[in-house]
Amino acid sequence: MAGVTDAFKNKNGKAFIPFITSGYPSLDITEQLVYAMADAGADLIELGIPFSDPTAEGPVIQEANTKALEGGVTTDKIFEMVKRIRKNCDIPMVFMTYANVVFHYGTEKFVKISKEIGMQGLILPDVPFEEKEEFSTYTRKYGIDLISLIAPTSHDRIRTIAKDADGFVYCVSSLGVTGTRSKITTDIGAMVKLVKEAKDIPCAVGFGISNPQTAADMAKKSDGAIVGSAIIKIITKYGNDCVPKVREFVKEMADAVHSA
Amino acid sequence: MSKGRFGIHGGQYIPETLMNAVIELDEAYRHYKDDPEFNRELTDLYNDYANRPSLLYYAKNMTEDLGGAKIYLKREDLNHTGAHKINNALGQCLLAKKMGKTRVIAETGAGQHGVATATVAAYLGLECEIFMGKVDTERQALNVYRMKLLGAKVHQVESGTGTLKDAVSEAMREWTNRISDTHYVIGSCMGPHPFPTIVRDFQAVISREIKQQIMEKEGRLPDAVIACVGGGSNAIGSFYHFIDDKNVKLIGCEAAGRGIDTEKTAATINTGSLGIFHGMKSYFCQDKYGQIAPVYSISAGLDYPGIGPEHAYLHDIGRADYVAITDDEAVDAFEYLSKVEGVIPAIESAHAVAYAMKIAPKMSKDKIIVVTLSGRGDKDVAAIARYRGEKLYD
Repeated sequence: MAGVTDAFKNKNGKAFIPFITSGYPSLDITEQLVYAMADAGADLIELGIPFSDPTAEGPVIQEANTKALEGGVTTDKIFEMVKRIRKNCDIPMVFMTYANVVFHYGTEKFVKISKEIGMQGLILPDVPFEEKEEFSTYTRKYGIDLISLIAPTSHDRIRTIAKDADGFVYCVSSLGVTGTRSKITTDIGAMVKLVKEAKDIPCAVGFGISNPQTAADMAKKSDGAIVGSAIIKIITKYGNDCVPKVREFVKEMADAVHSA
Repeated sequence: MSKGRFGIHGGQYIPETLMNAVIELDEAYRHYKDDPEFNRELTDLYNDYANRPSLLYYAKNMTEDLGGAKIYLKREDLNHTGAHKINNALGQCLLAKKMGKTRVIAETGAGQHGVATATVAAYLGLECEIFMGKVDTERQALNVYRMKLLGAKVHQVESGTGTLKDAVSEAMREWTNRISDTHYVIGSCMGPHPFPTIVRDFQAVISREIKQQIMEKEGRLPDAVIACVGGGSNAIGSFYHFIDDKNVKLIGCEAAGRGIDTEKTAATINTGSLGIFHGMKSYFCQDKYGQIAPVYSISAGLDYPGIGPEHAYLHDIGRADYVAITDDEAVDAFEYLSKVEGVIPAIESAHAVAYAMKIAPKMSKDKIIVVTLSGRGDKDVAAIARYRGEKLYD
């Protein structure tokens, strides 16, 4: 099974990383979306496990979280879905959720199952460097990557975070929460340079990327682009008919990233 | 383990975007907390602006009526803005100003912390924006107008359950959006380090005064100190200087809502379990998958699914007891104190009064109880009238 870093080993070394919320609008659609996105050129997929109070998300993904939970999705049902996906598709995947979802399930149990069902990593936006050990102890024990995030406010913290990072480094492009933005003003190139000075590890940029131009621009300055809210918006608009529309969008974005 | 731990509780579980902001706050606080000039300014604000020290009032009628322990009320309701929240708002806004911040944001449940923050922001010349759940803006409409009158912008939060937890989430989101000129004035002893410590220290003026006042009046320490607990700021303030006095029982009163055996409750210690939320490890009301529960209490100020990490620790080590008081018991106490003592307590504080009413008659007359009246009840009058079936609106 491929690992997280394999996502950054295609022809130009750049990864397109889409995010979707599991169970939005249903787990069946989520499964179909994974196949469609893998087929359309995604290199790594972030599977969101919904949380009741996602404090790092803007309104679009908040709504997806709420709707998915109202639909009855649970961590165990998502694990079952991943097992089904792994019979058909080996694209690298990481879970993206909040500390309490993992902690309350039992951190070791959560990580162990994640590994067993074929997940490659875990992103927890409310776990900064200072708190990562209680999670990374287990991700390292079972061999999945706990992805570290850096932000425009990180400054001198970037070196410390990068040195201890696994898989890839998630560069948060802007202040604020997730959501589409008209432009990204942060000096991404400078952030990536600081990471690379500390460790030879891929960097992917997320938060605010919604079109092929920005995706290509971010991929030029780093090793990949992460897109969430723009995809969730398409799912919200087309509901159960969203799969071909998401496929089309992901193909366009992935092509832009792969020719950056 | 990271900074700011109370036993296993506390910590800094927040997005990376905010980490340098809390580190900067921690450094500034550690500098100013022992700075004589800062403390002189804060004391002047407490005394000359907020009307401290607050009275330690002997509730003679209540004591005689209940026929047991002697009851004192720590009258935080007599502070400027009518609640203990001003103690923390003054401290944090002064600190923010020293740090060069020009804008403060805050969450509010009942509206008391929002009003206190808006008040101090107006006085100190800071821009102010308040986040309040939609449900709370409806049940505490007067406080919304009060904040606007004080020059604050009030954001109605519609996400989630539209109550205090959602207001906290939204204030945190806003802080990640604008950090350099903005300080987030958290209203309770919760959130990521250093907030639980900062809020506790600014509220500890309550127990410092109680200790001095009870020594003057009785020549000895009380047998019990009772306070209501949502996030727990008035309780930790009331407990703090008694923690080492092992003969003083410390009792926090949680909001049981319709009862701790129902889903309509906000009693975190009595019904919750260990979790990580809003920047801290502590106890939370949640389901088996760690989804935060939609809690309920008649009191908007106690309607929160978590509790400050220091309370979680005091519970773990058995130093403080946390009891659950239902809506019915709190409303009875609200009416009782109004009629018997001529003091209308906040519905939050009425939870503490209710527990005093339970235990005082069983205690001998030489025992002493101090109940912290965290706030005044004017804001609750319309809601209590509706609870009793009268069609009265603000």
